[in-house]
Amino acid sequence: MRKVAIIGAGLTKFGELWDVSFRQMIVESGAQAIEDAGIDGKQIDAMYVGNMSAGQFISQEHIASLIVDHAGLVPIPCTRVEGACASGGLALRQAAIAIASGIHDIVVVGGIEKMTDILTEQTTEALATAADQEWEAFVGATFPGLYALMARRHMYEYGTTEEQMAMVAVKNHHNACFNPCAQYQMEITVEDVLKSAPVDFPLKLLDCSPITDGAACLILAPAEKARQYTDTPILVAGTGQASDTLSLHDRPTLTGLRATVDAARIAYKMAGVGPRDIDLAEVHDCFTIAEIMAIEDLGFCNKGEGGKMTERGETALGSQIPVNTSGGLKGKGHPVGATGIAQAVEIMLQLRGEAGKRQVGGAEIGLCHNVGGSGGTAVVHVLKRGD
Amino acid sequence: MTSLMDVGIVGYGVYIPKYRLKIEEAARIWGVDAERVRRGLLVEEKSVPGPDEDTATISVEAARNALKRAGINPQDIGAIYVGSESHPYAVKPTATVVAEAIEATPDLTAADYEFACKAGTAGIQTCMGMVEAGMIKYGMAIGADTAQGAPGDPLEYTAAAGGGAFIVGKNGSETLAAIEGTYSYTTDMPDFWRREMRPYPRHGGRFTGKPAYFKHVLSATYGLLRQLKLTPQDFTYAVFHQPNGKFPLQVAAELGFKKEQVMPGMLVIKIGNTYSGATLIGLAAVLDQAKAGDRVLAVSYGSGAGSDAFSFVVRDALEAKRDASPKVMDYVNNKINIDYGTYAKFRQLLVR
Amino acid sequence: MGVPRFWREIPNRYNIIGTKCGYCNKVFFPPRFICPSCRRKGKLEPHKLKGRGKIVTFAVTHVAPNGFEDQVPYAIAIIELEEGPRLTAQVTDCDPNQIKIGDEVEMVFRRIGQEGDDGPIYYGYKARLI
Repeated sequence: MRKVAIIGAGLTKFGELWDVSFRQMIVESGAQAIEDAGIDGKQIDAMYVGNMSAGQFISQEHIASLIVDHAGLVPIPCTRVEGACASGGLALRQAAIAIASGIHDIVVVGGIEKMTDILTEQTTEALATAADQEWEAFVGATFPGLYALMARRHMYEYGTTEEQMAMVAVKNHHNACFNPCAQYQMEITVEDVLKSAPVDFPLKLLDCSPITDGAACLILAPAEKARQYTDTPILVAGTGQASDTLSLHDRPTLTGLRATVDAARIAYKMAGVGPRDIDLAEVHDCFTIAEIMAIEDLGFCNKGEGGKMTERGETALGSQIPVNTSGGLKGKGHPVGATGIAQAVEIMLQLRGEAGKRQVGGAEIGLCHNVGGSGGTAVVHVLKRGD
Repeated sequence: MTSLMDVGIVGYGVYIPKYRLKIEEAARIWGVDAERVRRGLLVEEKSVPGPDEDTATISVEAARNALKRAGINPQDIGAIYVGSESHPYAVKPTATVVAEAIEATPDLTAADYEFACKAGTAGIQTCMGMVEAGMIKYGMAIGADTAQGAPGDPLEYTAAAGGGAFIVGKNGSETLAAIEGTYSYTTDMPDFWRREMRPYPRHGGRFTGKPAYFKHVLSATYGLLRQLKLTPQDFTYAVFHQPNGKFPLQVAAELGFKKEQVMPGMLVIKIGNTYSGATLIGLAAVLDQAKAGDRVLAVSYGSGAGSDAFSFVVRDALEAKRDASPKVMDYVNNKINIDYGTYAKFRQLLVR
Repeated sequence: MGVPRFWREIPNRYNIIGTKCGYCNKVFFPPRFICPSCRRKGKLEPHKLKGRGKIVTFAVTHVAPNGFEDQVPYAIAIIELEEGPRLTAQVTDCDPNQIKIGDEVEMVFRRIGQEGDDGPIYYGYKARLI
């Protein structure tokens, strides 16, 4: 099996992009990535695209065809991959597998979501379809509600506090201030979070990632050919994916995501590294509690210690394992299908030394972690600076 | 109507929602003297259904309680009738929802009844006939309502929510109370009505008293007593339909019943008028405390108008079985008072 | 929700009827059609649960989905039933801030929602503190 490398990336600004359509976002991020990789469109063999729900947001299915068409890349094969909020990460994995298998050489993998063309209530309903429609959504459980159920259990079992959860949001907003593409460029305080309107208590408005439009794109190539295109290839050293039950109530544990643990184990093994080798990580902080559980599940600290680790500043910029230097889903925004790709873009920039004011010094190995729904799907990638 | 039947009650159950609106609270909003209203109606507060409750949910809990007391296999129920003025659907019966929720489906007949507040007792009579005829082994009759009074109308003080379910079967060792007989009195009487697609009923004011409630309740009762050759002294308890606290006491006095016979079945003071549930809940409250051999009169009244009178004789099996489900007073006492704004929200008086 | 979709789950939602694997005796609610442990060896039959359990965790919803706005704030909980399976349900008839993990509940029959003013009414289960 061949090794795979990232040779270029592009992404749009993340935010409420009223003036930009779904089709325009494809072109913007794609063109950037191709430029960054220094390739010609004709060299691309295949496309993979991650998107959760164009059907509900813009009433458009069959977007693989739409995207490859508007990218001007017909007739290459294009495949849409869906795994709720993990769609981007899953698409990246599929693209890597396609190259590793030898079937394709240069592959474009994108992630895109246009969420603001419908009313907020409708967007919330669309996102809730990631949950179990018959046994969770039907009884009135909302998507933040499911994470709130996990948060309360985490607080009960490990003494995690609302303040510790708030610190995740504060950190990520702070980091986003150094990310020109991020949706938010404003600092917030713990008190701001605690005072924000309750959504699904114990989660409040500022514990929740926003509704965002955005697209991100990567160009992948076989590692052995990467140097033809770039001086700074980034290896996809490890990829791991795992599933878990759709409903939260069917899981044996409510304080962590088994799918994350399983996916990470596979990715670490493939990359030949462990949690201690990771220099920085982009984790799936759809809600503040999700980041706390993620850093535990990924092995950066023991189960139950995520709140304290955050409180001690051990995941902040400049610490031993900076988490979500991009601002995370909270500060950067969460255009659902694009997130998994955007996370890899951030790690790539960091490993190349191109992350500007949020640069992690000496970054060699990074990790991205992307989750679908309340944890029914998780995908982890370990990226290494190529030699 | 004849009374040569050998049928009785094998199970009974009630449900009353826990929210209460006090007379004072409604009176406060409309600028009316609360004390005058209380004295006039002899009602303190009324039950209010929660936002996730309706006649179907009330019927189901009452029916499940009745089944627990009866200890029978729900598959042996051959008929279910639900009587109400507030069925959740105009077309699609509440009875089938109940049938499904007590696992009585599919081998049974079912239908919904409407006859203002006596739709439930009409169901009991139907079940009596079907059981006696050997058509069915057991029949269940339910009377339940989530009544609405127009805001500011006097009915608003008393229009309440609750329901009772009664299972009728052939008399035997499992009979809780045998039905000695039933007598009904019915005329075409426009005392209180609600037109199709209108949210609130209208009524004839004082016309709803003497020529309506009293005429029919008295006539049905006299008819029953005559038929069974009984007098008020032969009864331990008398339950009357209770649109307010005054009417049942007045009609009882006129018939020759004492206050002590009537009070145990008078729930209106604490929960208001539960419409199709009223007489059934009053009867259930009496059964919650009656002893073997006690004779119980129950007389319903439905505007439009009609009155069904029943005479029950309590059997031995009641004492052992009645603790199987919550009693009427358990529901009456499990309460929480709400303000008028919450009441308006629950009853969807406010349009978003 | 389409009418047939709601209708199919009526016995399960009204009466807490799940499935039981005849091979390993594990009880599932909501019902499953394949036993994850026994797979093809498993034989799943309908199984009615008692409807009593304990609260494992809960949250208080302030921003409700369509149809639940009038009940805000309401509690949603994961309840572990006596027989073992867990389900998600609203906790009704209570002050949501008074709930504690470990509280005992019984499942009751309530109105869950409706398809607008002229659509079908959805009934199902909610939890009530004992």
